[in-house]
Amino acid sequence: MLNFLGKRILQLIPTLFFVSILIFSLQHLLPGDPALVMAGEERDPAVIEQIRQQYRLDRPIPVQYFYWVKGVLSGDFGESLRVKAPVLSLIGQKLPVTMQLAAMAIVIAFLIGIPAGIISAVKKGTVWDYGANLFALWGISTPNFWLGIMLIFLFSIELGWLPASGFVPLSEDWRANLASTIMPAFVLGNAIAAILMRHTRSAMLQVLESDYVRTARAKGLSERSVILKHAMRNALTPIITLGALELGTLLSGAVLTEQIFSIPGFGKLIVDAVFNRDYAVVQGVVLVTATIYIALNLIADIAYILVNPRLRA
Amino acid sequence: MTDAALTTFPAADADEALESPARRALRRLLKRKGAVVGLIVIVTFILLAVFAALVVPYDPIATSWTLVRKPPSAQHWFGTDDLGRDVLSRVIYGARASLLAGAISVGIALSIGVPFGLLSGYRGGFIDALISRITDAMLACPFLILAIALAAFLGPSLGNAMIAIGISATPVFVRLTRGQVMSVKVEDYVEAARAMGNPRWRIALFHILPNIMPALLVQMTLSIAAAIIAEAALSFLGLGQQPPAPSWGSMLNAAQRFLTNAPWMAIWPGLAIFLVVLSLNLVGDGLRDALDPRER
Repeated sequence: MLNFLGKRILQLIPTLFFVSILIFSLQHLLPGDPALVMAGEERDPAVIEQIRQQYRLDRPIPVQYFYWVKGVLSGDFGESLRVKAPVLSLIGQKLPVTMQLAAMAIVIAFLIGIPAGIISAVKKGTVWDYGANLFALWGISTPNFWLGIMLIFLFSIELGWLPASGFVPLSEDWRANLASTIMPAFVLGNAIAAILMRHTRSAMLQVLESDYVRTARAKGLSERSVILKHAMRNALTPIITLGALELGTLLSGAVLTEQIFSIPGFGKLIVDAVFNRDYAVVQGVVLVTATIYIALNLIADIAYILVNPRLRA
Repeated sequence: MTDAALTTFPAADADEALESPARRALRRLLKRKGAVVGLIVIVTFILLAVFAALVVPYDPIATSWTLVRKPPSAQHWFGTDDLGRDVLSRVIYGARASLLAGAISVGIALSIGVPFGLLSGYRGGFIDALISRITDAMLACPFLILAIALAAFLGPSLGNAMIAIGISATPVFVRLTRGQVMSVKVEDYVEAARAMGNPRWRIALFHILPNIMPALLVQMTLSIAAAIIAEAALSFLGLGQQPPAPSWGSMLNAAQRFLTNAPWMAIWPGLAIFLVVLSLNLVGDGLRDALDPRER
């Protein structure tokens, strides 16, 4: 196992190297002189000079890259030209909000997706199965920004139960916080619930046909205990790690969801940065997301080995 | 194995043996109700997009101050928007942007992803390691976030949105093609082609590629669905189709501001995205089952 882990971590080095190349190259996609484009409409000579300095645009590209990576490795992601603050501290401010949303979304996804998957596998071919599959198809096909808009229309405008926008921090008032995050969390969780449901269903179907489930049934155990104790435990192990990998979907979804519900998180940060032509922030957000994703992938792999005794040797 | 088993096997499959694999897949696909409904919906939207100029009741960009935010009526079935434009006409023209974006961006992803996947899976060694790590790096950036970043740096336009989505969708095709090639290249028929002295490019293009087409076809359908959602998302954020040209995403963006007094503005474009994406997913699921050699 240590051998596998060592290899796995060694592989991360080239991957992270290419991630950095990819994100660094973004600024070279800008048409024309990047300093002029980044300076925005005013084209203040002082700002242009500052950008040239910051990105070392007068030096060869490999040198620019070297200084950029050196900065990133020491926690210097550059400075936001609009907000006049270090990119890393901006990300640090916004990330907890998105993390709260993501955590709520994952809980909602598990609460809906796993029971739906189990029921549809156990009652295969019945109305229940049909309904659960229909739900999954609906969840996968609904664009989450449209779902968000429709929920605002229903629950905020027609029924007046929940606020349409305006985020209240958890530390201020937990009830208001819950009211302002429950709809966006559901929107985010919905698509993942559908994916989890499909995987749970196929994993359960496979397990229910296995020999040890037949043995458990032959012993005369009740169907309830066969499913809950014997089948479910084995079917769910891969699903748990799958949940961790859906983080990419969550962060992508957060961009639109936060935009619709005006939640000041990570996703809104990147959208605002795009419109303010605050390119250092865009790069910083992509870099942080990719790093989180890679780290979670590694954790998911380790968790998978830990819960699967066959791989532990 | 008994003689009986040997003789009955070809007889039972006589009909199937005569038809080509593509024809058999199509026949099996058409047996699935969901996939057939999906196909019908997609074809309808394609026809609407192609003949948009002939079927729209009004000019999709003609504004009218006397018709601002009128609810659906006999004259304007889907109502009118904040500038007095006919929503139905804009939804029909919006199909062009969406379907075009889906097709072109997946075309870009295929034309970069498949050659690199073939190279990576077939050659192995250093090239494989290099391509795989670059693919990993791209997959580490969430699809939509990468597309937004690319679109932001390229500049907002429908064309750039398609490029951004196409590049973001590429690593999936590299990885899928590579995996498929790895499992196919050890098959006897590839060995036979090599023994006959075929050059490597010929084996890759004429012996391996046709055999991995089913998997690519399924992924293509699902990727088009994802690309259509991504285009709508980018246009919703203002990074795709620019106003006044209609697109479902930008219509939803405008609609969000008038949700209280003109909810119809939000319903139709969203429903259109939902229908197209749902249909593509239905066809993708159907294709997966129809092309699966294990299923009979």
